[in-house]
Amino acid sequence: MIMLSDLRRKQLRAFLRNRISVVGAIMTFLILVVGIIAGSLSPYDPLDQNVYDRLTPPDSEHLFGTDSFGRDILSRVIWGTRISLSVGAGSIIIGMVIGSLMGMIAAFEGGKIGNAIMRVVDIMMCFPAEVFGIMVLVVIGTGLDKLIIGLGIVMTPRFARLAYGSSLSVKERDYIEAARALGAKRKRIVLSHIFPNILGEILVMSSLWTATMIRVEANLSFLGLGVAPPTPTWGNMVREGVNQLTNAPWMSIFPGLAIMVAVLSLNLIGDGLRDVMDPKLQG
Amino acid sequence: MFKYALRRILLTFPLLLAVLTIVFALVRIAPGDPAMSMLGNYASQEVLEVLRKEMGLDAPMWLQYLRYLRDLSRGNLGISMLNAQPVTHQLLVALPYTLELTFGAMVVGIILGIPMGVYTALRRNMTEDYTGRIVSLAGISIPSFFLGILLLFFFSVKLNLFPVLGGGREGDIVDRLHHLCLPALSLGLIMTSYIMRLTRSTMLNVLNEDFVRTARSKGLQETIVIYKHSLLNALVPIVSVLGIYFIINLGSSIMTEIVFSRPGLGKVIVMAMKQRDYVMLQSVMVVYSTLAILINLLVDLIYGFLDPRIKYK
Repeated sequence: MIMLSDLRRKQLRAFLRNRISVVGAIMTFLILVVGIIAGSLSPYDPLDQNVYDRLTPPDSEHLFGTDSFGRDILSRVIWGTRISLSVGAGSIIIGMVIGSLMGMIAAFEGGKIGNAIMRVVDIMMCFPAEVFGIMVLVVIGTGLDKLIIGLGIVMTPRFARLAYGSSLSVKERDYIEAARALGAKRKRIVLSHIFPNILGEILVMSSLWTATMIRVEANLSFLGLGVAPPTPTWGNMVREGVNQLTNAPWMSIFPGLAIMVAVLSLNLIGDGLRDVMDPKLQG
Repeated sequence: MFKYALRRILLTFPLLLAVLTIVFALVRIAPGDPAMSMLGNYASQEVLEVLRKEMGLDAPMWLQYLRYLRDLSRGNLGISMLNAQPVTHQLLVALPYTLELTFGAMVVGIILGIPMGVYTALRRNMTEDYTGRIVSLAGISIPSFFLGILLLFFFSVKLNLFPVLGGGREGDIVDRLHHLCLPALSLGLIMTSYIMRLTRSTMLNVLNEDFVRTARSKGLQETIVIYKHSLLNALVPIVSVLGIYFIINLGSSIMTEIVFSRPGLGKVIVMAMKQRDYVMLQSVMVVYSTLAILINLLVDLIYGFLDPRIKYK
């Protein structure tokens, strides 16, 4: 049962009024559907090679053309959706769970433990995401599961910082004091009193950061890390297309556009949500 | 101000040490034997032993760690495992290409992003503002390599205005700048989007402040209210975020360097990663993170200079 408070209902209405964000939400939904039913949507097998159809430009048979192995680009882009979405969602969930816990504990405990946790976070934030990603992936190896774990680790400090900031202000509220006076255990206070109150903010940033993660995944697979060929990912498709840029630009342009549309859609949602949550910036 | 600067500079050292330690630890737990990856799988046990000894890999971990710190403090990053060249020298050759690219991109981002942010803030909820918001969102959504490829395709391949590949001849400034234009523009346009969005929201906050209303009610000219009273105050939070943007920029520069075949750090890190040259990998990471830390230090110092309130903290 979902009960919407007056505030939430007002925020939802404000979000729906923002037409650009609604477009983003619809596009994200469509991309999600494409990822789920990739099998029945793609006209060809994404791995099927056909030497006679190499590097054909887009036409009615191959809407996005074919690559240097004669594989259908449209089908590969459709299948690539799955990888990007699973990496984006998976790494955000890992980062969100670990990072929020770290941030909440640091804020609630304060003192030495809190300080130590936040210093670790500071250190992790010193590395550019791609450099940190390369570092982690070199250590744990490549593959879809490793990629999700690796990028989850990259995301952890950001969530920790966000959760820390929000928890600090929540911690001072009267109801936390009341819970403590009633003898609630720490675990209970953190999980059932602090967490629900910072969840909104965390979810808003999650949609923006899922977009970031899809972009970082594309960057890493463009560099040859992550999911290995022949499995199609948008990043490694662009990479394969770079060498054929002059004679077959469609090889890199279509997967590149796919990345951009996916990231843009999520950013549109995130932007809309943030405007709604921050009434100062509302139009 | 001086006290603040000193404190901030001193705080950098423990951070730097922690980062160096993490890099050391990560490279040690990475799978694979460095000696074996240098000599190949068929090297005999004796030869491997000799090489391990030569590389100091037989020493206990704490000694290796101390040696690593000692060498770093002397600016000696070791010998590349693959081409037996000193790593420091190779990195010093690559570093200027990365620096000119990332700083060039920041300059483009600041010069274009701040005025565009101010403009869209003043036209809030008008057509210009909506267009600006969509374009800047597209800018932060596009992967740097893809924008690079698009620019490369149109300006170099189709129009033949800029060189396709490389970083330009060493010592020839005109040639270097010519090679820098497209890559710096491709990263710079992405930075423009970030800075434009930030400037817009900061300006909107400042324009709501009481002192802006006071300035207006005094009958000051609108240009003075906007540029002197509002923008100067908005600059403080903008500067404080530039450090974070620089780190994003530094990360994206890896892909841009690969697309444009620039001989910078990005190329070095990708080569080191592919060939499992751990000595090189460790050193590039040290350089990247040190660069990020120093830039953040610089940004914080400028921030402290711009906002005198900070010294009381």
